[in-house]
Amino acid sequence: MAETRDNVRYLPSHEWARLEADGTVTVGISDHAQDALGDVVFVELPEVGRAVQAGEEVAVVESVKAASDIYAPVAGTILVCNDVLDAAPETVNEAPFEGGWFFKLQPDDDNALNELLTPEDYRALCATDDH
Amino acid sequence: MLKKTCLNSCHIDAGGKMVDFGGWEMPIHYGSQLDEHQWVRESAGMFDVSHMTVIDILGSEAKSFLRKLLANDVDRLKASGQALYSAMLNHEGGVLDDLIVYRLADGYRLVVNCATREKDLAWIRACAEPFGVVVATPGQLSILAVQGPEALSILQSVLDPAQASLLSQLAVFESGVVGDWFIARTGYTGEQGAEIILPNAGGETLWQALLAGGVRPIGLGARDTLRLEAGMNLYGSDMDEGVSPLACNMAWTVVHNGRDFIGEAAVQAARAAHVQPRLIGVMLKERGVLRAHYPVYSGDACVGELTSGAFSPTLQCGIGFARISASRQPLFVEIRGKRLPIEPVSLPFVRHGKPVYTIIS
Repeated sequence: MAETRDNVRYLPSHEWARLEADGTVTVGISDHAQDALGDVVFVELPEVGRAVQAGEEVAVVESVKAASDIYAPVAGTILVCNDVLDAAPETVNEAPFEGGWFFKLQPDDDNALNELLTPEDYRALCATDDH
Repeated sequence: MLKKTCLNSCHIDAGGKMVDFGGWEMPIHYGSQLDEHQWVRESAGMFDVSHMTVIDILGSEAKSFLRKLLANDVDRLKASGQALYSAMLNHEGGVLDDLIVYRLADGYRLVVNCATREKDLAWIRACAEPFGVVVATPGQLSILAVQGPEALSILQSVLDPAQASLLSQLAVFESGVVGDWFIARTGYTGEQGAEIILPNAGGETLWQALLAGGVRPIGLGARDTLRLEAGMNLYGSDMDEGVSPLACNMAWTVVHNGRDFIGEAAVQAARAAHVQPRLIGVMLKERGVLRAHYPVYSGDACVGELTSGAFSPTLQCGIGFARISASRQPLFVEIRGKRLPIEPVSLPFVRHGKPVYTIIS
């Protein structure tokens, strides 16, 4: 059973988004997603400073199995990307909620995260995925 | 309902992530495809390939039949046990399947792909009719491939004395029979190793002995990246019924020596016309992953596509096979709308754990 975190919100496409104390949002993919993808071998990250819309394709994660688009969970501006993934993409498999984060963005609307799936919603979604 | 090999419970016990593979429930990996790939390159891994099809051709006309059926010439198998890689062509010169043919004491053994089983059997039986040979499909068999630099020494330590003695006498691409076991020095990884065909009843015992000896189970995912690094084709991806052997890097397996084999006239015509595209190895110069069906460009012109592609765990870059009609450099691959430079390279990419390719300029 894949791990979920209660301090983040989720997209149906398996990204997570965490509102930090400084008002920024950190984005990654869930444990369920990394498990389904298999070994991650390459992550294409967005340009810093890019303005993105909620649901826009902003990154790509390439695993041994397939290439998958990563969507911006909320509208905002990309602040920083996780350079660790350039040399060590396997961090996404090893620590999807911690060191394996993809990018941080400054949200246009502080409340936008409330529109995303709650941990309970997301667990229910994964349960149906598994069967 | 998926078909299961006799080792199904062994896969599940080993943590295999089971998927539908051509109607069979098979392991795609047992945790990490990359670790499994590395383990075969550095130590020894085992693959359950019991889903593949074994066909024995028996009778006094077996040789003349196979000289007609196959594009490679079984007359090259001078002694019992020797093996040959061949295409089986249709009359239009397309590849119906690729296979390994082993010479037995009293005939020949073919090992063909899993997904092509029914098509192959129907074709072979139809072609065999005028020759009066027996086309047998021995059932209740398990097939285990053990591959890697440690594969032969570990196998020696778990086999019984007669089996171990046979294995020690076999050279690469040779096989032999001891009791109801068939042991061959063949494989699909570019490493040392053997493939063992044995009665189902002994499959699990061999699996457990190999596990205890340090051989790790390897899934279909790593099987694909290992064969790609080794420069070996995958039927259904790199070639099919509509593809000439000249267009899938199999020209070396087609032997024209005056005999009349199925598809010969079509291949000769294609050779004379010089119009076939070629299948070449390519490497991505930038970071990223190559995948089947990405379009390939020579300058601004689209000249073909990738037939296979992956991230090479050994080389740590994207590699693939490209079927292209022109190879004038520079070559590019289009990935998500962006054109990235690729280099044509000689095959294989990797052999015995080491990079062996050269860049073709």
